Amino acid sequence: MRSAIRLATVIYAVLIYGFIFLPVVTLVLFSFQATSFPIPPFSGPSLRWYQAVLGDTRLTSALLNSLLVAVISSAVATLLGFLAAWGFARFRLPASALMRGLITLPLTVSYLIIGMGLLVLFNSIGFPKSLSAAGIGHVVINLPLCFAILYSQMGEHQANIERAARDLGAKEWQVLTLVTAPMLWPALFASFFLSMTFSWDEFVISFLLTRFETTLPVEIWNLLRSGLNPKTNAVGSLVFLVSIAFVLLFELVFFRKSRS
Amino acid sequence: MTPLVQVKSVSQKFGTMCALDDVSLDIAPRSYTVLLGPSGSGKTTLLSILGGFLVPTSGQVLIEGHDCTGMPPAKRPTTTVFQDYALFPHMTVGANVGFGLRMRGVAAAERDKRAQEVLKLVGLPEAFGKKPHQLSGGQRQRVALARALVVEPSVLLLDEPLGALDLKLRRQMQEELKAIQKRVGTAFVHVTHDQEEAMALADHCVVMSNGRIEDEGPAERVYSKPASRFSATFMGESTIFPGRVIGSGEIETVFGRWQLASDAKPGSEIVLALRPEHVVIDQKQLLPLGEARVSDVVFQGSFKRVTASLAKDESLTLLARLPADAAVQAGDMVHFACDPKHVLVLTR
Repeated sequence: MRSAIRLATVIYAVLIYGFIFLPVVTLVLFSFQATSFPIPPFSGPSLRWYQAVLGDTRLTSALLNSLLVAVISSAVATLLGFLAAWGFARFRLPASALMRGLITLPLTVSYLIIGMGLLVLFNSIGFPKSLSAAGIGHVVINLPLCFAILYSQMGEHQANIERAARDLGAKEWQVLTLVTAPMLWPALFASFFLSMTFSWDEFVISFLLTRFETTLPVEIWNLLRSGLNPKTNAVGSLVFLVSIAFVLLFELVFFRKSRS
Repeated sequence: MTPLVQVKSVSQKFGTMCALDDVSLDIAPRSYTVLLGPSGSGKTTLLSILGGFLVPTSGQVLIEGHDCTGMPPAKRPTTTVFQDYALFPHMTVGANVGFGLRMRGVAAAERDKRAQEVLKLVGLPEAFGKKPHQLSGGQRQRVALARALVVEPSVLLLDEPLGALDLKLRRQMQEELKAIQKRVGTAFVHVTHDQEEAMALADHCVVMSNGRIEDEGPAERVYSKPASRFSATFMGESTIFPGRVIGSGEIETVFGRWQLASDAKPGSEIVLALRPEHVVIDQKQLLPLGEARVSDVVFQGSFKRVTASLAKDESLTLLARLPADAAVQAGDMVHFACDPKHVLVLTR
């Protein structure tokens, strides 16, 4: 009886993990396909399609664009989120709860709506479709997240530490740069890297707001329109690899910090 | 001697709540002042006003003769040791202690030298390169003290600095605080709700309740001759019982008519208090308190803490501190007595 239960739990676990990871494993596996179609039987391993990806300037420049948009938009979102969180946590503002609600509201709005809204807005003010436009879109979706993470870390204890700095003669900008920001370093780092991962993966807003120069997810979509091809698997695997690198880096820094 | 700090009719209101009600207080240079009171008595509010973290609703604060009422903390000649220490977690102990000097533009080498000196003063010379999380509670407390002292403030404010420490460490730190204060000569203002701590430390003890100063003076005087019923009950234990003044020098109590001086008018109802260490047994030549049934005996090492209810009036509980070898047990009927000169007559 007991062994039957154990067997059932093992099967259940295998099914669950299979459900989650099988698509990714298939994608990565067939990126090493030697022949022209990413379908069984597996004919590799071969790096032929990776070579094709790295030789395709459209894809490599899209990859660089994606990184650029991710880094800059995440930095801006983290900075703005930090300042907003500090303002709400340290000063008595009118209708503070309502304003905090409004600032986190974009978390619940679909990216499609945000993207379309920005598209209409940018059209009417004459702001061209571009990487900058997509970057602004990414700031809009990531700012609420950064705000929520950072606001949760600014408690009364942190406020007292800031008070101590002021008491010892620090000016307001010195309190922010020498005490508040370094003290919240793990949370700032978490906000930045989460924003990076979201921006890196984001498709709808980039699709709507870019034209000639575009980000990698949009370029992959373009590639898919011409049919299945192990090249899409290869570029997908690269995207996945970068995402994993972000997560590992994040865990390494954040959890090492929080343990100490 | 002109006072170092003058608090003049300061009131602080939070909405409709009155945290401080017309408080005036002088603090002498080189003195150790303790603000003592239960939570909600306004002691921490008063400390925040001295430190500049709160601007009072009305009244004035003068430090070294200058009006500091609305001056921000950074500009005042005061520093604060916070209850939760509020050390900078990302800096080393040396950088924590040197922070105030850094803000004053002192060069790094000089800063480190002075930080080392102050760390030696508080007994932590080896902690310079450590991070705050590597230190124990008592050590963090010392770092917080060093950080506040290194900028040589005129007044050092301590907000329940020993509250988070265990009893043994607290008593040890008390002695050290007092010794450090004597050595540096800075005026200390220390907030606590622990009356033993207050008595051990204070040159000047300020008892607070409900936003007012109930009593102030040398700790010994506040204990032995409390000005009010509140300060008698808060500073140590006592048996409290009502009395009525029936003529000059005579007071009617549940124990009988006593010859006691008081400035209250004849006919007025007053309160009397008796410290437990002044209650004795089997000494009939003193003022008799009558028979009482012992309800509880707690052996505390150097003495026995005895509670007994009076035979004449069972609602009155008598509190006594008897010698450790006194042969009393719960349930015994015992004759208690006291010396009339130790009875405290409290008119408010």
